[in-house]
Amino acid sequence: MAYVAYTDREHHFAHPHSWVTKYVWSQDHKVIAIQYGLTAIAVGVVALVLSTIMRLQLGFPDTFSIITPSEYYQFVTMHGMIMVVYLLTALFLGGFGNYLIPLMIGARDMVFPFMNMLSFWFYFLSVIILMASFFVPGGPTGAGWTLYPPQAILFGTPGADWGILLMLISLAVFIIAFTMGGLNYVTTVLQARTRGLTLMRLPLSLWGILTATVLGLLAFPALLVSAIMMTLDNLIGTSFFMPALVSMGELQEHQGGSPILFQHLFWFFGHPEVYIVALPAFGIVSDLLSVHARKNIFGYRMMVWAIVIIGGLSFIVWAHHMYVSGMNPYFGFFFATTTLIIAVPTAIKVYNWVLTLWQGNIHLRVPMLFSIGFIFTFIHGGLTGLFLGNVVIDLPLSDTYFVVAHFHMVMGVSPILVIYGALYHWFPKITGKMYNATLGKWHFWLTFLGSYAIYLPMHYLGFLGVPRRYYAYEGIDFIPDSALMLNTQISTAALFVAVVQLLFFINVIWSLMYGRKSDPNPWGATTLEWQTPENPPAHGNWGKELPAVYRWAYDYSVPGAEKDFTPQNEPPKPGEKIEF
Amino acid sequence: MEAISILAFIFTAVAVSYWWLWRQRVFDKPWVEEGTETDDRASIGGGLATANMALFAFLAVVTSLFALFISAYFTRMELDDWTPLSEPGSLWFNTAVLVLASVAIHWCTRTLSQTIYKVSLLATGVFTLGFIWGQYVAWQQLWAAGYYLNSNPANSFFFLFTALHALHLFGGLWVWTRATFRVFSNVEVEKAKMSVELCRTYWHFLLVVWLVLFALLLST
Repeated sequence: MAYVAYTDREHHFAHPHSWVTKYVWSQDHKVIAIQYGLTAIAVGVVALVLSTIMRLQLGFPDTFSIITPSEYYQFVTMHGMIMVVYLLTALFLGGFGNYLIPLMIGARDMVFPFMNMLSFWFYFLSVIILMASFFVPGGPTGAGWTLYPPQAILFGTPGADWGILLMLISLAVFIIAFTMGGLNYVTTVLQARTRGLTLMRLPLSLWGILTATVLGLLAFPALLVSAIMMTLDNLIGTSFFMPALVSMGELQEHQGGSPILFQHLFWFFGHPEVYIVALPAFGIVSDLLSVHARKNIFGYRMMVWAIVIIGGLSFIVWAHHMYVSGMNPYFGFFFATTTLIIAVPTAIKVYNWVLTLWQGNIHLRVPMLFSIGFIFTFIHGGLTGLFLGNVVIDLPLSDTYFVVAHFHMVMGVSPILVIYGALYHWFPKITGKMYNATLGKWHFWLTFLGSYAIYLPMHYLGFLGVPRRYYAYEGIDFIPDSALMLNTQISTAALFVAVVQLLFFINVIWSLMYGRKSDPNPWGATTLEWQTPENPPAHGNWGKELPAVYRWAYDYSVPGAEKDFTPQNEPPKPGEKIEF
Repeated sequence: MEAISILAFIFTAVAVSYWWLWRQRVFDKPWVEEGTETDDRASIGGGLATANMALFAFLAVVTSLFALFISAYFTRMELDDWTPLSEPGSLWFNTAVLVLASVAIHWCTRTLSQTIYKVSLLATGVFTLGFIWGQYVAWQQLWAAGYYLNSNPANSFFFLFTALHALHLFGGLWVWTRATFRVFSNVEVEKAKMSVELCRTYWHFLLVVWLVLFALLLST
């Protein structure tokens, strides 16, 4: 029987006819990807603004006292949760996953387009619910993004009446959205690949997205479980997590619950979450480096194995977030060991990125700059992770600015650099326009150097023992004046970096309006999304016939070939011989 | 010890994925291969239909959810204030009804007869609703005895488990309604077969989940 891809069967496909079905209730993966992307970026900007307000407070406590301590905690919480879940997870999987999966596997769409659309609208609803908490009495929750009980639901914590409830509901809705999207991504990658596209011919972007999706599907239930039980503790007065305690002079009705149980559940989700963000970044950056260095990715198989192994290991390291919770030292030893083992496949990836660059024909275009920037920040954040993974080093550094610096480098700055790189890389495909490269380069250098100006000094503050989560540091004996000066410097850099992001938005808007038309394949890339008959791809992606794949995704600078790249769908010439 | 159920699940999930990947020839060297002669491997899944694969992925998610709840149950059980609950005897009856629902839906997928489809699908619905109603009766018995959701963690877990399980059944009933509607509007059975088979898998799965939960509740 002739091969017919799932997404190419007749019943499957119907073109939208009205503006609403085309742009609002769209079932086209590309439109949904853009909807996901715009929503995630919009809510990310909110989180960015929150962080600048916090930095104003920390850096210039006397000049800009615009927020109260309660608001400070609320902003810390919302900043963290938005950035990790609603921006990074949604943008990598809902945004890039949606855009890239069908195009890179040569399909017309996701296998369940309707469910894909529902996924976005549930996500949108979760964002609305979360944002609504800014406007309810008491404001959003100030429990910290980890939402640890008992304080998360006790009065005295900001947002204990409505904020925490909206946060938990919003998370539950987000998880439903993610599950619908995730089932789609996995099934599509596994079932809808075009002729000839074996798993080992997939671009690494898709390996990262696929593995991260599987992690999300298995790990997000842990967050759902904890959200459900905490909601019941909060509303009905059950005692899953809530111990017997006196709050504000009154004996609470709870008894015997275990706050540590919540921590286990939370981090059982929370640690894989790090890799849900990191793995797509790893995959995408691999492709960017390869394309712009005109060289095949070094050690493709090793890269695939590393992604898959990191995914598996990420489920057995969660308690390294809990070294100070009073756990059995043997557990600490176990989790320190597994944590350090993850460094092995991760280091393999870093070596392979560097070796991909080695003797490559490096084009320092904007996406490449961001990719190389990522290698720096990721090595930096990864190495401090090795410090914190050891129990004896973690204990004194716990809850200091060292931790803040570590996780911002490794899972804030690094994935954001990849996101920018990816946006600059695929912008010509998504919009059909070319952006202003000079402005893009300015954006990179100012962001990259500015980020170091923010986070490098934070490591030092951590060594000094400056605790995190404080509203103000004046008049505390063990904190020297130099630390306060550093705080001012950090805040200045943070404000600078925040403002610099305007360059990106200006560039996007300017390019959409006045940018010159882009070539269909401006970078000379091999993967299928650059081989579409129209640019940007039309609904259905491929015109009449789906592409067939004849080779892997990294045929760059093949000796003896005419061009320095051979697209995946280019049939082999008679007598063509591959040298290796 | 407490984390045993979720870790067992995760290890199984990871092991199955790795085994499956192994069979996808992740040791191939894609850079020396050319051409599309590997067509068969592109449509993978061993001939598994797309909807089936999505359902199995979803069942993995649900398994993760219940495994986590069971782990939480074991952890919470060890604390001092835990008073074991004596489960209402009617749960045995409910269990039997749920088994019948599974048997009914299994029966119909073994034929292509329109009549048997109609009868057994209706039976599935009746037994399932009967089970859910029976669970509600069990709740009422507990309430009458003064056991509420917030009385004791053992009670909390009981109500939570039964409610979540029933919620999943309701989700299944939604798909069941669509399938039954199609069969009764005299669409060819062949066309409704797929969704009925998906229902069958889902019903069997939820029966297993209930048996595990019931065994857990009885033994603790």
